[in-house]
Amino acid sequence: MFDIERWQEIFETLRKNKLRTFLTGLSVASGIFILVILLGFSSGIENGVTSQFERDAANSISVWTGVTTKEYKGLNPGRYIQLKNEDFNNIVEKYNENIEYKSPFYTIWGGLVNYKNESGNYRIQGVMPDNQFIENADVSQGRFLNHSDVKDAKKVVVIGNKVSQDLFKGDDPINKDISLYGINFKVIGVFFDPGGERDESKVMMPVTTAQRAFNGGNNIRNMTYTIKMSDNFDQAVKLSEKIALGIETDLKQTHTIAPDDTSAVNINNTLEEAKKIYSLVATIKAVFWFVGIGTIIAGVVGVGNIMLIIVKERTKEIGIRKALGAEPMSIVSMILQESIFVTMFSGLFGLIAGLGLLEGVGPLIESDFIKYPQVDFNTALTTVFVLVFAGALAGFIPAYRAAKIKPIVALRDE
Amino acid sequence: MIQIKDLHKSYHMGNNSLHVLKGINFNVKDGELVSIMGSSGSGKSTLLNILGMLDEADEGSYTLDNVPIKNLNEKVAANYRNKFLGFIFQSFNLINYKSALDNVALPLYYQGVHRKERVEKAMHYLDKVGLAPWSHHLPNELSGGQKQRVAIARALASDPKVLLADEPTGALDTQTSYEVMELIQGINDEGKTILIVTHEHDIAKMTKRIVNLKDGVIIDDSVVQQVRASQYV
Repeated sequence: MFDIERWQEIFETLRKNKLRTFLTGLSVASGIFILVILLGFSSGIENGVTSQFERDAANSISVWTGVTTKEYKGLNPGRYIQLKNEDFNNIVEKYNENIEYKSPFYTIWGGLVNYKNESGNYRIQGVMPDNQFIENADVSQGRFLNHSDVKDAKKVVVIGNKVSQDLFKGDDPINKDISLYGINFKVIGVFFDPGGERDESKVMMPVTTAQRAFNGGNNIRNMTYTIKMSDNFDQAVKLSEKIALGIETDLKQTHTIAPDDTSAVNINNTLEEAKKIYSLVATIKAVFWFVGIGTIIAGVVGVGNIMLIIVKERTKEIGIRKALGAEPMSIVSMILQESIFVTMFSGLFGLIAGLGLLEGVGPLIESDFIKYPQVDFNTALTTVFVLVFAGALAGFIPAYRAAKIKPIVALRDE
Repeated sequence: MIQIKDLHKSYHMGNNSLHVLKGINFNVKDGELVSIMGSSGSGKSTLLNILGMLDEADEGSYTLDNVPIKNLNEKVAANYRNKFLGFIFQSFNLINYKSALDNVALPLYYQGVHRKERVEKAMHYLDKVGLAPWSHHLPNELSGGQKQRVAIARALASDPKVLLADEPTGALDTQTSYEVMELIQGINDEGKTILIVTHEHDIAKMTKRIVNLKDGVIIDDSVVQQVRASQYV
């Protein structure tokens, strides 16, 4: 294998047969190249979708209400269903052991916020401390709301990064007072949100404060719960579906809504959505692998095909070499070493070209659904070796047969 | 050098069996220049192929330089071919992507000679056949006579005991044929044993002994007065 004389002989043969070498190499290199690109984009899509779900907790159940559309027990349709604190508390009590985080919301859309001469319209939300985790928010300065803020209905707010930048222009907002509709609130924290600017244009305060300050009584607009995740994803999905259904049934009962009224109580189960998306991603991934493996198989068949042609074309040469004293094994290993060298070299070339393209183009892709397309180097390297091995195997059979041909028959070949 | 006793060879094609050699007895001494003649189908090429270990006999014994050639596996046959024999073919059988020099050096590669020595030796033999200036030309850049001379240089390169030539002048015009024969006679003068298969009488007369084959048996085996090719060149 490491006989330098033999390698010289092989390099000479490859050099003198440039077109053949080039075509073999091209089919291998393009196979690996396509596989790397496919795998890269499949991981890019996966990364993109995963980061979409990072905006908010992926295992949340959100509940909001609307207007009834059906007559039920003598009640007219067109009633607005108002959620109350009790609704929120009942659900918490009933599903306590399965619920991880929870928060009711009392929301003012487009509330006017002032700080000195600066002002802006932002969403104002009354929330519970758990909302930090439901929103996946990061507190960069100060702190988030806590239970004593809620209990005492303190006039404190945490503001989104966007709000802080708009109103404070880089000044430290902590412990400054901002005014909402003429009422002063003290800023206790600033948060970042993976959901971006839209989710950072918010002002959050204790839900009790919001109800009191904006005449909410014990009304709430909507509520969100997150479900404790079990290790088994499918089980978690089932559990959250069950809880979502339970919540819907209970609410319909307490508010006297027809069981088949679809618009009065709305429930968004993100885990169910996540499952759909993840299974879509898994399908895309499987398709990409399928295509990739198909490409590799085509590459292997291509290499085998070219090997067959090479052996056929060189039958006479093999006869001459045998007449001059070449042993059968030296013929086999000559042909194999050639094919292994070409597939290995061009396979690695395709690998590097593919990785280079992903590295170069990957960061330039501006799509929410494709992020950081990349390939596990080991996976890619393994496919190269699989291709080399399969190519060698495909080349071995014709090479072995050629070495078995009697020199006299091989010499007669035209 | 060569002893052959009661050699038989048949070819089987489907149900038909063709008995090509029907008991050949034949010896060649060291330094002989023998031509084997016969019409096509007489078995002369088959005989040469068996002598060259390119083909195997069904029956009979064959001894080459006191080594019995029998039941050889491919590997041993390859080694013997490399050590004992040099081939010259009608269609030259040069490897077309290798230069004249590399073609001549090829048997030395299979002998395990190192590159530097290989090139030196190959160059020496190319010079001997008068083609040193063409050493880096590819076969298709050479004339037929030049190709055959490259092939002769290649046959000589491994310093074999016996040269086997199968219609060496079959693809050449008369003038070139005589030039090649002059070269072969020169090599024979240096003591090399050479067997030539031919159906051309003028070529056969340039050897020292003519063996006539007909229908698989030797009908005539006589020593002749050698005609020197140099007088026609």
